[in-house]
Amino acid sequence: MGTSILIIAELKGSTLRRVTLEALGVAAALLLERSGDIACFLAGSNKADLELASKELARHGAHHVYVASGEAHQPIQALTSLPPILSIIQELKPQYIIAGHTAYGRELAPRLAAELKAGYIADIISMEEFEGQLQFTRPIYAGKAFETRTFHGTSPHLLTIRPNNFAPVSVADDVEQANVEPIFITEQAAAPLPSIVKNVVQRMSSSIDLTEAEIVVAGGRGARGSDGFKLLQALADELGGAVGASRAACDAGYCDYSLQIGQTGKVVTPQLYIACGISGAIQHLAGMSQSRTIVAINKDPDAPIFSIADYGIVGDLFEVVPLLTAELKALHQ
Amino acid sequence: MKIIVLMKQTFDTEEKVEITNGMIEEHGAKFVINPYDEYALEEALRIKEQNGAEVIAITVGPERSSVALRTGLALGIDQAIMICDAEHGDHSYRIAALLAEVIKPLKPDLILAGLFAVDSGSGSVALQVAQLLQLPHASAAVKLRLGTAEELLIEDAPWSGTLALVDRDVEGDVETVVIPLPAVVTAQQGLNDPRYPSLPGIMKAKKKAIIERYPSELLAEANQDDLSSSLTVRTALFPPSPRSAGKRLSGDASQQTKQLLHSLIEANIIQRGGN
Repeated sequence: MGTSILIIAELKGSTLRRVTLEALGVAAALLLERSGDIACFLAGSNKADLELASKELARHGAHHVYVASGEAHQPIQALTSLPPILSIIQELKPQYIIAGHTAYGRELAPRLAAELKAGYIADIISMEEFEGQLQFTRPIYAGKAFETRTFHGTSPHLLTIRPNNFAPVSVADDVEQANVEPIFITEQAAAPLPSIVKNVVQRMSSSIDLTEAEIVVAGGRGARGSDGFKLLQALADELGGAVGASRAACDAGYCDYSLQIGQTGKVVTPQLYIACGISGAIQHLAGMSQSRTIVAINKDPDAPIFSIADYGIVGDLFEVVPLLTAELKALHQ
Repeated sequence: MKIIVLMKQTFDTEEKVEITNGMIEEHGAKFVINPYDEYALEEALRIKEQNGAEVIAITVGPERSSVALRTGLALGIDQAIMICDAEHGDHSYRIAALLAEVIKPLKPDLILAGLFAVDSGSGSVALQVAQLLQLPHASAAVKLRLGTAEELLIEDAPWSGTLALVDRDVEGDVETVVIPLPAVVTAQQGLNDPRYPSLPGIMKAKKKAIIERYPSELLAEANQDDLSSSLTVRTALFPPSPRSAGKRLSGDASQQTKQLLHSLIEANIIQRGGN
């Protein structure tokens, strides 16, 4: 029997999340030159969406797609997904189980780890083979340091991958894997632990999740209030990015804590990070210093943020940001 | 009501992390209660003040971790339990198993923990404990209310007894879930505003006892196989690749923005004509 890998796939709205395609890329790399199968687990409530997504998963390299469908999976919940996933694991005995390090994945993986007494390496950003052993790199202290870990002991091995760090699997144009029919799961090992979702309030003005965004426009104390953040949102919208914030801005109540970037808060690694009115405290730098390109806009020429910025603008964000938005608008026309 | 708070002692987030001989240099570093655990602790103390509760904090770690428990005692927890286990800080299953073993006989109504620890950052132990104890959980809580279905105005709850109504942060959206107690709830930023210990609190805490438990005794009780070898092993530890300051853009704001956009397009960072 070859290597078997189980991917915990994830829908956002009616489409697959990019991190799922990235996980498929990791699976393909793990399988490289080995024979084996990639299976996906997908939960949701809309059968048509699930069927479309299953086809999409197959097109991206999944050999089997297991689907848990029903109202209980709206919205998807770790607790309701757990029993069907455990059933699949029992059947497939996968060597690796891979999920995105998303709200859903980071709840599921620890429960699976405890249930299966499996090793779990969370939030990986790269992997490489060294002397016949697979090594996985992950940030610790929110990116103030990095560690490389290997699995020790028997499979399954659990991984969650940080969004935006692995290339999504590429699709071979000539390969039509139309034969993969989704397998709808009807029986499960056990009833889920009790939990009911009463309500979901969508508060994110943009549909782009901060940790997955390729461009992040972040504001600090220099944004001076929620009006300042409106300017940042306009720039983010123009760039197709998401808005983030420093701890100082969140503590001051300029914006929601869910936007906080730093050692407390989220760690982001976008292609472009635009820091507006952020001085650059150590705890903030930890959360963003691995971004590919960093732009800093700050009135204070001595702000520490400039020491890590690829492009620095000493200036008032209230002047610079609207100009940037306007220039981009002109450029896009 | 009995509430257990899971705590970890971590580096202060304003500390720089330095590596000496392949290890994180702890010498001279300031340690604090993991910021997310502070929210959990504060929530427990608020429940205690409002409805009455017994609050027990538990930590697993080396000797220095007792300082975090001492702070907990100064803040008003009733009991502090220290599981003395210095060598296995990154063995999450072992830590969860030890915690579960201590927690089980205490029969808590609620277990509160931080969403993740700001050092290792996996957010794994609290949920592993939930799984080992077969308890439901709600993670990333930004608001927590406890009560019966009637008190919480939940009409269709299939459970009797005390429930937790939790607003949780799901990647920026707020999801409201109901779970019956006993349960595990992990705290997200914004759940509350943690208090500082008072001077009398600190003085009183000095006299209070910290209960010590040992893996040898706990793992024997659990009748589990040897958990001394980790399921994952660190093979390297290294600092982030250094970043140096780039270019300061000159001219007035208009010239600066033009230069910036030109550079970003040139470097293929903004390549699309639109989005």
